[in-house]
Amino acid sequence: MNRVLQFIRSLFLIEFIKAFGLGLRYFFKAKATLNYPFEKGPLSPRFRGEHALRRYPNGEERCIACKLCEAVCPAQAITIEAEPRDDGSRRTTRYDIDMTKCIFCGLCEEACPVDAIVEGPNFEYATETREELFYDKQKLLDNGDRWEREIAKNLELDAPYR
Amino acid sequence: MEFLFDTATPLGWFIVKTLVILGFVVVLLISLAFLLLADRKIWAAVQMRRGPNVVGAFGLLQSFADFLKFVLKEAVIPAGVDKPIYALAPVLTLVTAFIVWAAIPVAPGWVIADLNVGILYVLAISSLGVYGVILGGWASNSKYAFLGALRSAAQMVSYEIPIGLVFVTVILLSGSLNLTVIVEAQAGGFWHWNALALSPITLVMFPMMVIFFIAALAETNRPPFDLPEAEAELVAGYQVEYSSTFYLLFMIGEYLNIVLMCAMIAILFLGGWHAPFDFAPFTWIPPVLWLAIKIGFAFFMFAMVKALVPRYRYDQLMRLGWKVFLPLCLGAVVLVAAWVTFAQGGG
Repeated sequence: MNRVLQFIRSLFLIEFIKAFGLGLRYFFKAKATLNYPFEKGPLSPRFRGEHALRRYPNGEERCIACKLCEAVCPAQAITIEAEPRDDGSRRTTRYDIDMTKCIFCGLCEEACPVDAIVEGPNFEYATETREELFYDKQKLLDNGDRWEREIAKNLELDAPYR
Repeated sequence: MEFLFDTATPLGWFIVKTLVILGFVVVLLISLAFLLLADRKIWAAVQMRRGPNVVGAFGLLQSFADFLKFVLKEAVIPAGVDKPIYALAPVLTLVTAFIVWAAIPVAPGWVIADLNVGILYVLAISSLGVYGVILGGWASNSKYAFLGALRSAAQMVSYEIPIGLVFVTVILLSGSLNLTVIVEAQAGGFWHWNALALSPITLVMFPMMVIFFIAALAETNRPPFDLPEAEAELVAGYQVEYSSTFYLLFMIGEYLNIVLMCAMIAILFLGGWHAPFDFAPFTWIPPVLWLAIKIGFAFFMFAMVKALVPRYRYDQLMRLGWKVFLPLCLGAVVLVAAWVTFAQGGG
């Protein structure tokens, strides 16, 4: 009996007609996907995106060249060289991040005692050449200036959970 | 100047025919571009995706962007290929896909070659199309391409037999091999169309349309019979080693064949250019548009099947072709022949 039923089902393409009905139902359903470049999904305040070096509100750079981030970086993507500045304060002369090595673990921002190096909310920084992904100090500071509002807000929102 | 377009002289005939063919090819290619987009959009919609929507309004220009991309890419010719045959294969696919259309009537009198064996011509030329696949797979000098070509050849040869027998039933019913005559025989409303006619023979002809549709899926290597290019096993089958314009030619040829099969469904079973009702509001739409609507409907079915049905295993494919379709079609040919001889008293 079962085989007869199976035979009739396949002869009249019952399964296919059912699938077609189902397909048509989904055809007119609302789309599940985002219209990406024009429409973006929400990001957590903890989102670890492109790196940035922050400044104090008076314009002074936060980084004190303690090299904790360089030490903690598991991918060894960070290179720092430091010297005392003319006014006697200790500052970096070189702060490079090789973004092709970085694994976006966020340990650098965890390690930083002054919240200088952070991973911002930006994830759309694809480049056409590899060289453009070797970030230097100037690039990181520029990122900090560009994303400061979002970064500050994210740090504020995340502070209660740290 | 007028003598150039006077079809009575050989020169004028040549010029006029050439212009007509050029116009037809351009119209075909442009509609193909939008059908390709429709294919992707339908596939996306069933999966609740948006599909291409950035190039032009609603992504309408996506196919043209893809065309430019293919043409501008570097043509990689792998070492070890048989160069002349490697280059010939996609061209052969494209040319055979195009020349079949010569016999397709798109409206009363609108046919490039009104062959009195049109349906045979279509069958013959679309069989030639398999050479593009075989030569491409062979000349690529690659295991994947070769396996894909072998599968494709076996599959296309197997499914040509049911397609041929389905053609025979339509020929018996219409009493002609001429596609224009076949369409004219279905004039006057959808209750005269071969697949929907108000007569007992519809019980045979409607399943014949379904069988033709399924066999056409196999013949054009569409899912669920896309074994020659099974992404999971053969990467892309016979097209693996092709890139850039060569690949583009293969793709255009393949989709042209799909649209041809849609056109054959419309012409053989759905009354070609005839309106579904032979009175006022329906007859205002020009015949060529009716054919386009029917082709569009058939293409929609092709696209839906691609989105819905999982791929067949190879032995299942062969079983379906030889053990199911072949006996069914042979039975149908006998039934239709009997109907034509005894019920219609002619033949």
